[in-house]
Amino acid sequence: MHCNSPQHYNRRTILKAAGLSALSWLSPVATTLARAQETDKQNGGKRPKSLIVLWMEGAPSQLETFDPHPGSDIAAGSKAIKTNAPGIMLGEGLEQTATQMDSISLIRALTSKEGDHERAIYNVKTGYRMDPTLVHPSIGSIICHQLTDAVGNTIDIPRHVSILPGQQPARGGYLGDNYDAFKVFDPLKSIPDVKALVKQSRQKQRLADLKRMDNQFLAGRANNQILKGKLDNHNLDAALKMMASDQLAAFDVSKVPMSVRDPFGDTPFGRSCLAAIQLIQAGVRCVEVTLGGWDTHVNNHELQGNRIKILDPAFASLIRELKKRDLLDTTMVVCGGEFGRTPWINGLGGRDHWPHGFSIAMAGGCVQGGRVIGETSPTPTEGSKTPSKFLKDANPIENVHATILNRLGIDYSKELQTPIGRPLKICEGEPIDKLFS
Amino acid sequence: MQPQDAISSPNQSASASRSKLSTWGRNVFFCALCTTGAVAVAGFLMDYDPGTRFSTLAKSSLPTASSDNVKSVTATENAASKVSPIKLTIDRVDAAFEETWRDADLKVADEVDHLAYARRMSLGLAGTVPSLEEIRVLESVPANQRNQRWLEHLLEDDRTSLFLAERLTRAFVGVDSGPFLVYRRSRFANWLAKQLKQNVPYDQVVRHLLTDTGTWTQSPAVNFYSKAVDQNEDKNLVAPVLMAGRTSRAFLGMRIDCLQCHDDFLGNVNLGDPDDPSGGLQTDFHSLAAFFSGTGVSLGGVQDSQEPVPWQVQLLGDSDESDVPPALPFLRNLDGGESNARVRLANWVTHPKNRPFARSIINRMWAIVYGRALIEPVDDIPLAGPFPKPLEIMVDDFIASQYDLQRVIRIIASCKPGRLNSRASFEITHPHAQSFAVFPMRRLRPDQVAGAIVQSSSLTTINSESHILDRLMKFGSKREFVERFGDPGEEEFVQRGETVTQKLLLMNGDMLSDRINEGIHSVVHLAALSPDAEKLLETIFLTVLSRRPTTEEQAHFMSSIDATTGDQRKERAQDIYWTLVNSMEFSWNH
Repeated sequence: MHCNSPQHYNRRTILKAAGLSALSWLSPVATTLARAQETDKQNGGKRPKSLIVLWMEGAPSQLETFDPHPGSDIAAGSKAIKTNAPGIMLGEGLEQTATQMDSISLIRALTSKEGDHERAIYNVKTGYRMDPTLVHPSIGSIICHQLTDAVGNTIDIPRHVSILPGQQPARGGYLGDNYDAFKVFDPLKSIPDVKALVKQSRQKQRLADLKRMDNQFLAGRANNQILKGKLDNHNLDAALKMMASDQLAAFDVSKVPMSVRDPFGDTPFGRSCLAAIQLIQAGVRCVEVTLGGWDTHVNNHELQGNRIKILDPAFASLIRELKKRDLLDTTMVVCGGEFGRTPWINGLGGRDHWPHGFSIAMAGGCVQGGRVIGETSPTPTEGSKTPSKFLKDANPIENVHATILNRLGIDYSKELQTPIGRPLKICEGEPIDKLFS
Repeated sequence: MQPQDAISSPNQSASASRSKLSTWGRNVFFCALCTTGAVAVAGFLMDYDPGTRFSTLAKSSLPTASSDNVKSVTATENAASKVSPIKLTIDRVDAAFEETWRDADLKVADEVDHLAYARRMSLGLAGTVPSLEEIRVLESVPANQRNQRWLEHLLEDDRTSLFLAERLTRAFVGVDSGPFLVYRRSRFANWLAKQLKQNVPYDQVVRHLLTDTGTWTQSPAVNFYSKAVDQNEDKNLVAPVLMAGRTSRAFLGMRIDCLQCHDDFLGNVNLGDPDDPSGGLQTDFHSLAAFFSGTGVSLGGVQDSQEPVPWQVQLLGDSDESDVPPALPFLRNLDGGESNARVRLANWVTHPKNRPFARSIINRMWAIVYGRALIEPVDDIPLAGPFPKPLEIMVDDFIASQYDLQRVIRIIASCKPGRLNSRASFEITHPHAQSFAVFPMRRLRPDQVAGAIVQSSSLTTINSESHILDRLMKFGSKREFVERFGDPGEEEFVQRGETVTQKLLLMNGDMLSDRINEGIHSVVHLAALSPDAEKLLETIFLTVLSRRPTTEEQAHFMSSIDATTGDQRKERAQDIYWTLVNSMEFSWNH
């Protein structure tokens, strides 16, 4: 597949998509039609339109996952394995992921200025450092905000979903709470709050009474210009539509044959990766799936190993299944955490926080697999925090944002008006073109 | 009695009859207890007679105070000789509002009744709605004293100090969990609540925050510093840039954060002389940050270094770092030049001539009560104004009263805008909203929604002994509710849209179903205890919306509930309760 054009959205495409909004009642037919409009026919290929973020909360060790240095001092005994991409090695335990490496690329020398979890999660999820006067939106929220096409009108379930949400699930920030990720938990359990508390006849009566009360309240405030557009029942309608929607099934993996479920691993994270695929298929734009427990200040190798056991089958199966369903080219997949871990082992056998050269994996959405961008030295001097001295081809974290947004056809450098009256670029980074060329 | 009791053998009869006797005794006692409880609770459903059962509550909870001699405590007593009666200040504030409305040729909304006033002030000051118990007591006092006595009642209630402390905690340290071990947010919030309850003068509270030393558990105010421990670089020092930005926003109501990286080029930040302001410079920010460069955190707590620690910064355009000495961003003539940097800063911040200090907290308190600040955003008040005249009158009074917070809350809650309707017969425009010619409509924040739901299904007041938020936390539902609902964090006065998640949570969530189904505080109890359908309907309306049904609502709902009995009536009560909690009217402060 070719994805040569970084600017997928031209005026014509948008107009076509807008024209389809009239068909919104045909959901999910309209979803399919609208999504079809997003293919980049001019370039003879598909282009990414969805994003799955595998969020490794707590910060995985790059040395035990995507950037091993076997045999060196900093490996501290951890081993590496070969992959199906020539010359690329992964940490031991990622054997299944290794078989998909020709579809995955690694960015190995990422940097940020945040070594505290809270601030770093914010930084990596939004591409901005915390600002006391403004809450920045997460990348999924930006995508949902920017790609407001016919699809948004045809899907009954939220377009931005966080499965197994961690400490700071993706949120809309200054774009508004409506762009917050909708939070759900293990896909074997039912989705919270979507079932009415009473049987249909009583629910009908309740809603009729509610409508009566609200209409009366609205009538008394019709002359309030301040409330124009802020006081309506749009979200009640959306909530009721969602409660009645067949698309809710996309959250549920319990009815999926075990032959499909098993390879993902019998874990909430594995199941959530499968649910993420179903959600993308149903028309959801962005799904975040969290796997926590990577903060290994103590006993690093064993604890990282336990996480890797969960990640490996899920990540590999996600890529495999997306390919099988012909969704990989149109879905970008990112796997990483808020920073990396120190190249040396502390007194408790752990690795501490290290934002000065960490890794993420990217796949799908036209990412050329089997590539590595950036390099970390196997002999960083302890205490040295000057990336230029031991990193080659380093990228600040916001470049990952620019890369994703660019491939989705969003003008990443465009300025948006913020509530504090200050125009702000969607992203301050630059795309990493080497992933695609 | 269990069936096997009835078939016990003769040789067991003696012990069995003793056992029966004791079982019966317990049953009778239990029935008596239930009956007494039911009668007591049912009493709230009847019209209240203040002369008999609740006279103590009426007196203690809603103290009498004549309108021209409002009670105030500690701080005011200290400054009693210098301060004019509070009524005089309230009148001056009202006159200033009226002058603003007149000058702008704005129509003004009518005044609301005592129940609407009680609801909005309860939400603003205590984060909940009045209980049926409170409403009954309130309605038993003379009509012309109700608003004022309600306010006194709220100010005496622990719910208010806890709720206000949480608002100030958000402004002072934010909502993040912060650095592990060295930061204890709940200690900080509880300490603030205590200061508010005891009405410690506000300048003293801020002096503690800026100058205290010690551990985060024994000197809770130091959490103001330990929150800002720089975990990224050196774990022993607080981050001066975080402290500079926070101090400016929290205590001076000024956002100077952009100056951290560059001079102001948009004309947004003015510093220097309030009468002749100049554009903010990057050095202004770092001069303020320099006050914190010697403050460190160790296991012994927050301490100042023995030797001065220079604040070194590479300013924009410079090739090297340079030392930036501490200097104040404006009103430098008030600088006392003390040797301890933090004491020097605290003296300047709380100086009576530093009006931005007083202006900042009054603007914030106004926002807490009304949901909308007099100057917005709440922490971005221009140094040189213009300032609304009512604000400046309150600033004068606040400084003269030696920073009496309860007094300023009384003024804020007692002045005319607090009694105005959010509805009007005329077109409500932005000028009406900006000048508070109508009461601002504000969507409830998550903790207010949670607080209101919990209170709305209970007849009695859920207060300090069983505080709403504590209770919720106890059941593990508050955190989940607020998290799912979406915590606005520090930016809680920014108006936000409603989300689908919030609608789903209110319609189908656990918190509401717990309130609807059988339980200690449940609408089912209301149904069981109400003598008739009419009283039941009134009770549900009063507990949820703090008002009685209109004639039309009465007719509509009675048509479906009047003929019901038993379980059917319970179900109908549950349905009406659900409807009212899900209504827009419930979700807004209005």
